[in-house]
Amino acid sequence: MRRLTGVFVAFGLIALLAAGAARAEELIMVRSPQPFPETIDALQRLIQEHGYKVQRVQRVDVGLAAKGFKTDFYRVVFFGKPEETRRLANLHPELIPYLPLKIVVFAEENTTLALTNNPVLLGTFFKDSELAVYFRRWERDIRSILDHVAND
Amino acid sequence: MSSKTSSFVQAVLVALLAALSLSWADPARARHEGSHLYAQHCSACHGADGHGGVGVPLALPDFLAIVSDDYLRNSIRFGRPGRVMPSFAHLTDAEIEAIVRHMRGWYKGERRAAVKIGKGDAKKGEKTYKRNCAGCHGPEGEGGRGTGLTFSRPRDLPVLAPALNNPGFHAAADEQLIKATLIHGRQGTPMMSFLKMGLSEADIDDVVAFVRSLGKKRAPASARVLDSESAVLVRRSPHDVATTVEKVKNAMAAANMSVIRAVPFDEGMVDKKLENRKRIIIDGCDFNFLNQALTVDPRVGLFLPCRITVTEDAGRVLVMAVNPKRLSTIFNNSELNAMCEQMHEVYTLILEDATL
Ligand code: HEC
Ligand code: HEC
Repeated sequence: MRRLTGVFVAFGLIALLAAGAARAEELIMVRSPQPFPETIDALQRLIQEHGYKVQRVQRVDVGLAAKGFKTDFYRVVFFGKPEETRRLANLHPELIPYLPLKIVVFAEENTTLALTNNPVLLGTFFKDSELAVYFRRWERDIRSILDHVAND
Repeated sequence: MSSKTSSFVQAVLVALLAALSLSWADPARARHEGSHLYAQHCSACHGADGHGGVGVPLALPDFLAIVSDDYLRNSIRFGRPGRVMPSFAHLTDAEIEAIVRHMRGWYKGERRAAVKIGKGDAKKGEKTYKRNCAGCHGPEGEGGRGTGLTFSRPRDLPVLAPALNNPGFHAAADEQLIKATLIHGRQGTPMMSFLKMGLSEADIDDVVAFVRSLGKKRAPASARVLDSESAVLVRRSPHDVATTVEKVKNAMAAANMSVIRAVPFDEGMVDKKLENRKRIIIDGCDFNFLNQALTVDPRVGLFLPCRITVTEDAGRVLVMAVNPKRLSTIFNNSELNAMCEQMHEVYTLILEDATL
């Protein structure tokens, strides 16, 4: 019995540590020291440099202002790789609401915030080893894009 | 424990420690020094130099002069569930240590001497709390309303009173931190020295005991994160794609949403001629609701626009949306819970209306 307890303790420890390692940051968010216009230009350029196409920029601020609400710059940039997006949407229609990828960008005084959800988290819902490879690449690319946004 | 088992456990521990220290020695980690880690994980909210507008400022002398390294470590590790401050349990101990050392660099002054902790009476402390503290920290210690996430919104509150009933706070704080804060206050914030405000040390010991008791209660609603469930909401439509799209538009209008566009999913991605007309997105927005939600937490733009997708798949027509309840958990903001539940209902209603 005691021996079993010991083994359980050991396994428990390993499970705990493994669970800790498997947890990913859910939200990826950075602050750019640049004002909004410079930041959103840089963001779109970086997205393209990473091999993605900017599909659309949703101008949330313009929509809000038209309805009489006060807001600073607030945009959502949608992007993806056309062939990959089409293929995944065909293979996994339930993934479509999460496609294409997007980054939210908004001004805070003279700096700019940019954020998105960590694509790797989609793996907790869409359990598929091929998809997992995509999710990891998207995470890597998004981190790299946002790293440049924060530091260039 | 038998010696056999304990030596087995020891062996496992030694192996684990070896693995951990190997990962610390990894030269690729050199760039993960504190300032880099802080910039990557913290500066978006707390500001590059710790003076940021979200939550509480970290670079305050009155804060850094009294906190222990353990308080900082555990605050980072456990976060403040439901109060925006995320848990960074995925960082290694070495990474957390590097961040703590970076934060220590902001304040080179003397650390304050430890305060003496007397035995307080939580019952008496509760009365003092109601009179002196509840106005800012909330009747149950739930913290100031809002999260300090003003961002692109007009700012009126300089520093928000943190939650004192949060399990993350109690996992990090000890009597020292609480009492020292009450004795010295935090200059530059609304938190004043209650010794100067006329409370006696005995009164303060009572309040400390009361604040401590808040940590022993069940996790409060303000620390609640919605249970996560499926990532997408899906219904099957009995109609063809075009009819379903029209029905979605009507259902959105009925739910107070302006329809912004109904276009092929791949518009702007592929050549006009190649667009898939059997896969349509309908974007809409309830600007009143959006404006409210952005006031609570400007990060919710991640939900935007409200999008319903209609797609043909293997002869079926599916209508889908993201599940706002699932997305809400990534913000760790309990003030969004009610709104995400409301959005979940609106989406469900639209999907059901459109597939009737
Ligand atoms: C006028 C508003 C106000 C009042 C009244 C007030 N506080 Fe505070 N309190 C704050 C703010 C704001 C902070 C955050 C200070 C900072 O930025 O470090 C704070 C910080 C604290 C902290 C440190 C928590 C942490 O996370 O670092 C404790 C403990 C605390 N207050 C307890 C109390 C108690 C107990 C009382 C009543 C005796 C009280 N406060 C009264 C506004 C207030
Ligand atoms: C998404 C925004 C966000 C991020 C990212 C974030 N924090 Fe926080 N942090 C907060 C908020 C909000 C609070 C106040 C919680 C409350 O009001 O109860 C807080 C509180 C804290 C506190 C307690 C301060 C006090 O006075 O007791 C510490 C310490 C802290 N954060 C450190 C960090 C560190 C270090 C990082 C990076 C590893 C980090 N935070 C990342 C939002 C954030």
